[in-house]
Amino acid sequence: MTDITTEKARIGAPSTQPLIDGFTEEGENLSPLNTVDSKAPLGGDAVKAHSHGGGVGVPDSSRAGRLTSYALADFKPLTGMEEDWRFTPLKRLRGLHTEVLNGAAPAVTVTAPDSVRVESVDRGDARIGSAAIPEDRVSANAWENFAGATAVTIPAEVQAEGEITLVLTGQGDAPAAQHIVITAEKFSKAVVVLDHQGSAVVSENVEILVEDGAELTVISLQEWSDDSVHASSQQAKLGRDAKFKHIVVSLGGDLVRVTPSARFTAPGAEAEMYGLYFADAGQHLEQRLFVDHAVANCKSNVLYKGALQGKNAHTVWVGDVLIRKEAEGTDTYEANRNLVLTDGARADSVPNLEIETGLIAGAGHASATGRFDDEHLFYLMARGIPEKVARRLVVRGFLNEIIQQIKVPAIEERLTAAVERELAATDN
Amino acid sequence: MSTLEIKDLHVSIDTEQGTKEILKGVSLTIRTGEIHAIMGPNGSGKSTLASTIAGHPRYNVTSGSITLDGEDVLEMSVDERARAGLFLAMQYPVEVPGVSMTNFLRTAKTAIDGEAPKLRTWTKDVKAAMEQLRIDADFTQRNVNEGFSGGEKKRVEILQLELFKPKFAILDETDSGLDVDALKVVSEGVNRAQSGGNMGTLLITHYTRILRYIKPEFVHVFVDGKVVEEGGPELADRLEEEGYDRYVQGAGAATIAADAAAQA
Repeated sequence: MTDITTEKARIGAPSTQPLIDGFTEEGENLSPLNTVDSKAPLGGDAVKAHSHGGGVGVPDSSRAGRLTSYALADFKPLTGMEEDWRFTPLKRLRGLHTEVLNGAAPAVTVTAPDSVRVESVDRGDARIGSAAIPEDRVSANAWENFAGATAVTIPAEVQAEGEITLVLTGQGDAPAAQHIVITAEKFSKAVVVLDHQGSAVVSENVEILVEDGAELTVISLQEWSDDSVHASSQQAKLGRDAKFKHIVVSLGGDLVRVTPSARFTAPGAEAEMYGLYFADAGQHLEQRLFVDHAVANCKSNVLYKGALQGKNAHTVWVGDVLIRKEAEGTDTYEANRNLVLTDGARADSVPNLEIETGLIAGAGHASATGRFDDEHLFYLMARGIPEKVARRLVVRGFLNEIIQQIKVPAIEERLTAAVERELAATDN
Repeated sequence: MSTLEIKDLHVSIDTEQGTKEILKGVSLTIRTGEIHAIMGPNGSGKSTLASTIAGHPRYNVTSGSITLDGEDVLEMSVDERARAGLFLAMQYPVEVPGVSMTNFLRTAKTAIDGEAPKLRTWTKDVKAAMEQLRIDADFTQRNVNEGFSGGEKKRVEILQLELFKPKFAILDETDSGLDVDALKVVSEGVNRAQSGGNMGTLLITHYTRILRYIKPEFVHVFVDGKVVEEGGPELADRLEEEGYDRYVQGAGAATIAADAAAQA
């Protein structure tokens, strides 16, 4: 423990006397709407009426205080003013926050080695609710409405050969609910791919339980058709010495909002969370992640990279990392990088780091959004490389850092080709 | 035999204070096999000339011409100029994240030659050129200029010069920031490229030091956007002894005279 680390750890610690309601000394924090004495949607009684977590924490200043519940009724209708919805165009959610989600859920086709158990289970299955609890209205709406779930279980000590692939094919534009449970039992090892395709309007809950000593990679690919709307809460609960790697790739869809989280429940666990998104004209791609360091001696590393091109291409990245008082020895870093390729696109990036103990190994956050630099372009063109090729070289290189984390050659090749197609679209 | 001809070139840049003229009528002709040195104090417009020839968008040519074997260079885009045979070794090479040296070198060579180089000979050529410039083999795996020291960046510029085989090389203060050993290595690279007999060199420098290793036939002294004196290698020797003071003082005296005239 050096003085420098202590100093670093203090950065972003909740100020005892915020100068402005809802703002910490770090600047923008969380919406001032949700205080106990507020009449705002998540304020007032909603704050106290936690069915989980019991309303501890201060909702307007800590990520720990967010309302969680399995019941849709606990979440007030959305206005778009809420902190966690303020970037999302609610009109384009196509009813995921207002309608009964009784459309046909995307069809699930599973390819898995024999050592892995894949089952269709009903709502009463013991695994449902083992790793997740909705944190927002759209997620709770799916929880209330899902008909059946797909449960993937990697039995204890099984090292699954090859990857387990779930292809989820959209069944049209009737708002639907989807539920997936992935359980990596003790000391198992596996790679699970959620491959979202076709046309869908769907709210999805993915529960991920990584038991003691297990090593699990979950890759969620969103290659939806242009009209699709997808909200996906992907919550992981990590046991002792568990290793969890989560990769989100959002390329297709009109509106895609992925909210992954990793919660540490025992010491020694590690979480790596990566993301890649490429927004074209008119697309809204949002990612909000949460890493909950609730126990001591865990590590997390987050890197999301996005490219944007075209008019009204919009990406949102919000990274909440919470180091609770108990989480001594935590080592965490989160970063977001965006590359804006054309005029008219918008990238929002908000890294939030809350630190409640000074006794940590390290904590850092970074965000940078840059234009494709004229000097890079000049250098490459001065070597005879035409502008289009130069642009492609740079973007490919920029996103490759995430693609190479996947380590499933077939998917890496597929995504490299998909990025090429996105880039080809700018050539018009 | 090729000719790069610069005639009465006037160049300005846009600044917050308005348009500023930097080159005020530069004329220069370089032929294959020749080495020309352009020397001058800081701010005299040497680097502007280099960047203008390469086509950097910051510099506006207000009048004059640049031609390569009669072809209008100013009409060409930056990449077309490079493909036509012009090479600028940059004073401050930028880091290009995400693009490996291997990928970059092959892509550029393919663009310049109009066809992909034969893989086996190309790999061998790159390796040999790197060894001669004392660049570590692992550089090919690294991103373009990323994390390279100043000296490493300059060596990599000369590596490109040797591999791309341009008709004319413009070296923009390639010697600045190099220690003696690196200066020798870099100079040897330029001399190797020049000795092929198919290249002309425009060597831009602030110091005379590099002229011990690279011998120019023509020396042009640049002050305030113009060539104020031209000569052979003996001019460089004189600059070595006297520096630029006499030109700068001359310019100062002229300014004072002009001020006096204005007040009278």
